[in-house]
Amino acid sequence: MSSIQDARRIAYVNARLLDPATGLDAPGALLTEGETIADVGPRLFADAPPADAIVVDCRGECLAPGLVDMRVQIGEPGCEHKETIQTAGLAAAAGGVTSLACLPNTDPPIDSEAGIEFVARRAREAKLVKIYPYACVTRGAEGRDLAELGLLSEAGAVAFTDGSRAIADALVMRRALSYASAFGLMIVQHPEEPRLAAGGVMNAGEVATRLGLPAIPAVAEVMMIERDLRLVELTGARYHVAHVTTGAALDVIRRAKASGLPVTCDTAPPYFALTEVDVGDYRTFARLSPPLRGEMDRRAVVDAIADGTIDVIASDHHPHDQDSKRLPFAVAEPGAVGLETLLPLALELYHKGRIGLLDLLAKMTLRPAELLGIPAGRLAKGAPADIVQFDPDVPWQIDVGSFRSKSKNSPFDRRPVMGRVTRTVVDGRTVYERG
Amino acid sequence: MTNDTAPSPAFARPHLLGIEDLSAAEIASLLDTADGFVEQNRRPDKKSAQLRGRTVINLFFENSTRTRTSFELAAKRLGADTINMSVSSSSIKKGETLIDTAMTLNAMQPDVLVVRHADSGAVKLLSEKVKSAVINAGDGSHEHPTQALLDALTIRRRKGRLHGLTVAICGDVLHSRVARSNIYLLNIMGARVRIVAPPTLVPSEIERLGVEVHHDMRNGLRDADIVMMLRLQNERMNGSYVPSVREYFHFYGLTYEKLSVASPDALIMHPGPMNRGVEIDSEVADDINRSVILEQVELGVAVRMACLDLLMRPRAGAETGADR
Repeated sequence: MSSIQDARRIAYVNARLLDPATGLDAPGALLTEGETIADVGPRLFADAPPADAIVVDCRGECLAPGLVDMRVQIGEPGCEHKETIQTAGLAAAAGGVTSLACLPNTDPPIDSEAGIEFVARRAREAKLVKIYPYACVTRGAEGRDLAELGLLSEAGAVAFTDGSRAIADALVMRRALSYASAFGLMIVQHPEEPRLAAGGVMNAGEVATRLGLPAIPAVAEVMMIERDLRLVELTGARYHVAHVTTGAALDVIRRAKASGLPVTCDTAPPYFALTEVDVGDYRTFARLSPPLRGEMDRRAVVDAIADGTIDVIASDHHPHDQDSKRLPFAVAEPGAVGLETLLPLALELYHKGRIGLLDLLAKMTLRPAELLGIPAGRLAKGAPADIVQFDPDVPWQIDVGSFRSKSKNSPFDRRPVMGRVTRTVVDGRTVYERG
Repeated sequence: MTNDTAPSPAFARPHLLGIEDLSAAEIASLLDTADGFVEQNRRPDKKSAQLRGRTVINLFFENSTRTRTSFELAAKRLGADTINMSVSSSSIKKGETLIDTAMTLNAMQPDVLVVRHADSGAVKLLSEKVKSAVINAGDGSHEHPTQALLDALTIRRRKGRLHGLTVAICGDVLHSRVARSNIYLLNIMGARVRIVAPPTLVPSEIERLGVEVHHDMRNGLRDADIVMMLRLQNERMNGSYVPSVREYFHFYGLTYEKLSVASPDALIMHPGPMNRGVEIDSEVADDINRSVILEQVELGVAVRMACLDLLMRPRAGAETGADR
């Protein structure tokens, strides 16, 4: 592991340091030595950087902990034509993401130690960003028999989920939560009552009715969460709700948090930046699971980000090739890529004055790192040198043609945004630099 | 019959994909043109040379005898060459996508593609990939514009107008493209639209499309000028959307008794094919004084001739798509 390069000292000077963990937001500098942060602070190098260090001038731009994206579908193994660990790593690096958690809905699903080790090996070979696998809650993500949660956790699974499938059976969910509680493991739910959503491809309402598309009522989300919360009460297990999209669900989660239940949740940019109206004339890139909702729900998601009900903003990156999307809406695959647009879309909330920059960053760095229990998300002496440099104010236009991801299925193509990643550093190595 | 005083009623669109975004003037122009073809279809010699040399392909991804035959006759009576392609679901399963099929046919230089598909939005998707004009002959639960036009023509010829009439659309609105196209068209032309169905067959927020929702036939049909019945598919009859055929017919089947609250000269319509004894009583369906179901079929040919005619006319300021 130790090469000559690894011992290098790099001084990032003339930066605006942003560290959500300490509330630091001040001009300063940061020194990395090998794979770790050797020093950081407002007064560091007040005179001059050390003579033996390589100096990187940040030109006053922000220097923050690298983003931690807790919901990414990769495609390897099984769907390498959509995304590989290599291309996902490139996309993540371009998006300022230094650590990501990948979903186990692969083919085969990641429900064994071998699957965990495969992902770890491929990530090591790609040597781009840090990839932490989720493992299935149930074998094959089939919702019936429990996977080997304890052994999978020892092998490196950061948390457990059946990914884009809800754990529908109440008894299975009860046992999963109950068993997981003994090991302190977190169960991540895809919140949708599958029978109520059966056959549905978009949110129930006027738009779906006009388009003649089978619809999913918004209550399919909250009713699954309400059931699960009863089971959390019963078992005391750590429960995380992925991509929450409705006001009703957020109200329930807000109350559960207030009553002290160990529940957390995340959402993704499409759910605060778009609505069902963006489906327009059958735009399959806007076909997501859960589906885009109405304007009142979108506003509720923004409010919940601002008031802290939503702990984490994840990309919900879900790559699909052309053949999976150039189809009639109802048969197109759901999902959108998001690694390369996570930061600028999240920054929209900051630019609109809905949330402070540090609070926003915490939801993409410190909080997901805490939930996953991984060493990331801080600008602290001795922490891994996982850093993102970005200019929060530079205007640009999203262009899927420039994506590193193998798939280009973004509903945000041509959207004008503000804020762009300049440099991404993982373990002291620059893995992305905007040229 | 139209207030539009423009000299040549043009249809300034490359395709006919739906009714929703048409204007009242465009609809009136389609209906006026269709009216002109009704007489031609009643003559012994029904054929003109208007579209001689043009090629019309009927591309049906979903089975349909009536609509396909109607389009085929319409094209032939205008002198066009027409072929029918039924794309069975099996060749889709072989891997050829909708877009592959579209590109293949496009290479054969047709002038018009008449397309039916089981998925909402599929016809629009196909229209984006071809140079020819595309007519939507029904896509999923989305739209069936020529059906709404022929319904409107039938009503207009019988009642002399559409404006101000009360139309009750009864039955499986949830899955019905016919209902959606009719709701749009009737609203655009100033009619009042009601839908009458059990709640399980009413799509959410349908009232935003400009309809009154009724679950009781007695209220829904009261003083209605037009009663439009919709077909209930077999697979939706027994326990899924409604408990049974018997129960459906009892509450929602059209009988003389239920019809008694409608306007005395109310017309009865059905897009076909009918399920006698499910959504409509045979006696009512065959009532020559009130049922205009066969007239709908007849006028369907004229309406489709009008659509082909208007789409094939050179458009001012637009490229002559058919010659490319």
